[in-house]
Amino acid sequence: MPSNNLPHAEERPKGASRSTLDAGAAPFSDAEHIVALSGVGKRFASGLEALDGIDLTVARGEFLSLLGPSGCGKSTLLRIVSGLSEPTRGTCQVSLGEPGRSIPSGRIGFVFQDPTLMPWSNVAANVELPFRIAGRVGDEQRDRAAAALRAVGLAGFERAYPRQLSGGMRMRVSIARALVTDPELLLLDEPFAALDEITRFALNDDLLRLWQTRRPTVLFVTHSVFESVYLSSRIAVMSPRPGRIVADLPVSLPQPRDGVRTSPAYAAMCETVSGALGSAMSDTHT
Amino acid sequence: MIGPRALRILAPLLIGAVFLALWEAVVRVKGIPPYILPAPSAVALSLWVDGPSLLGSLLVTLRITLAALAAAALIGGAIALLFSRSRILELSLFPYAVILQVTPIVAIAPLIIIWVRQPFLALLVCAWIVAFFPIVSNTTVGLNSADRNLLALFRLYGASPGQTLLYLRVPTALPYFLAGLRISGGLALIGAVVAEFVAGTGGAETGLAFRILEAGYRLAIPRLFAALFLLSLTGIVIYLLLDWLSRRVLQHWHESASAREEE
Repeated sequence: MPSNNLPHAEERPKGASRSTLDAGAAPFSDAEHIVALSGVGKRFASGLEALDGIDLTVARGEFLSLLGPSGCGKSTLLRIVSGLSEPTRGTCQVSLGEPGRSIPSGRIGFVFQDPTLMPWSNVAANVELPFRIAGRVGDEQRDRAAAALRAVGLAGFERAYPRQLSGGMRMRVSIARALVTDPELLLLDEPFAALDEITRFALNDDLLRLWQTRRPTVLFVTHSVFESVYLSSRIAVMSPRPGRIVADLPVSLPQPRDGVRTSPAYAAMCETVSGALGSAMSDTHT
Repeated sequence: MIGPRALRILAPLLIGAVFLALWEAVVRVKGIPPYILPAPSAVALSLWVDGPSLLGSLLVTLRITLAALAAAALIGGAIALLFSRSRILELSLFPYAVILQVTPIVAIAPLIIIWVRQPFLALLVCAWIVAFFPIVSNTTVGLNSADRNLLALFRLYGASPGQTLLYLRVPTALPYFLAGLRISGGLALIGAVVAEFVAGTGGAETGLAFRILEAGYRLAIPRLFAALFLLSLTGIVIYLLLDWLSRRVLQHWHESASAREEE
């Protein structure tokens, strides 16, 4: 596997604060940023140009949404940050270690579009999976799994099997599994896209509450303008083929956001973001 | 009224009873001699008279069948594991597994009986050759069917290849393996019977297949039918047992084991 930090001087990010990084994942000298992408491009073996020239920094504790149409490389970007995929150009630096190599397990939580549960294991065993892989499942880990399940409103469902749960509940289990190790960085890849609107709103509120109490850094991939505005502290709008970031918009709606959905400020922000997304789309004629 | 469950049992039983009654009537009315076609009552009588000795033979065949099935499950599962760990190994060996599968066992059995001196072992090998393929091919597919996102998750949490195999690939493959096992159960019995036909073992260790041959030669057709009946019954019981096992193991999570709950 090639290193994420390509050893070419000209491809390193400029600026004194980030120039000390070498192939061996030194910790970030800039403590404010947890993720720093510089000139990141991804070309698949098929020749498909998924991402091009992505520059993006994510501050610690931020809730950043990546908003864009399907096929704009949002998920690819998330996989690069997690280390599941490697950029073909540019650098991806994560303050927790080198993506895919030296990031200690459990520092990053990942939630997929599908709940991605093991159907043969009950809810508790699914949530305890990160601990089982780390080779330690004791009373403390079981307590933490129970606490994570309480946090997503599933206390008492420990012994249920995934197929006995509704789609929304399965997604809650998936979120509990991502949270159980108390990750600093939480990556969510369109987690609520397959859910009905009522369930989706409920899970949006739960996610916001979890973010406010635990304050992980969140990277949230979505194609819903309303969802991104409701959840985020910042929105990066992406255009497709190849994926680029075309707008970077801070969201200055008050927290907590109960009742924000009907406020004029929310509507205005949605319009701004829709406009940015619209121009991103018209540029590329999709 | 009759529930769907009762109907599932009663309907085939009724058909069977009607068929047996017709058979009995035709044989009696037309006066068909028993060495051409025995009446069901004659078969039942033979089952009663020859039952103990036939059951002894059944045990011999059953022992070969179950040993072959166990060997097929163990060795087939192990081969599938090996295939899933090494693509090269799978690509180079799988065609030979297919060849072994498509070559009629009747044609190879005489060779095996010559090469393997010990009769029980020779029959075991024949039955195993017939039974192992569904397990190998099903389990191999199962081991390679792990959910891509779950695989990514295991990678993210730094799982070792062994952990991924144990916690993810093997559970994923379990329904496939059990489906293969159900097919192999019937095939092991067929393999054992075919091998006995070819080997024609005499003496104390006489399997049910040889009793069928013997009864045919002596025109003891009712006994032939009785042995045939026991053989079919054995096949059905093996299938039902494996089906029950499969449902039991998968009851919590797999759709194949839960279809009936929805009714």
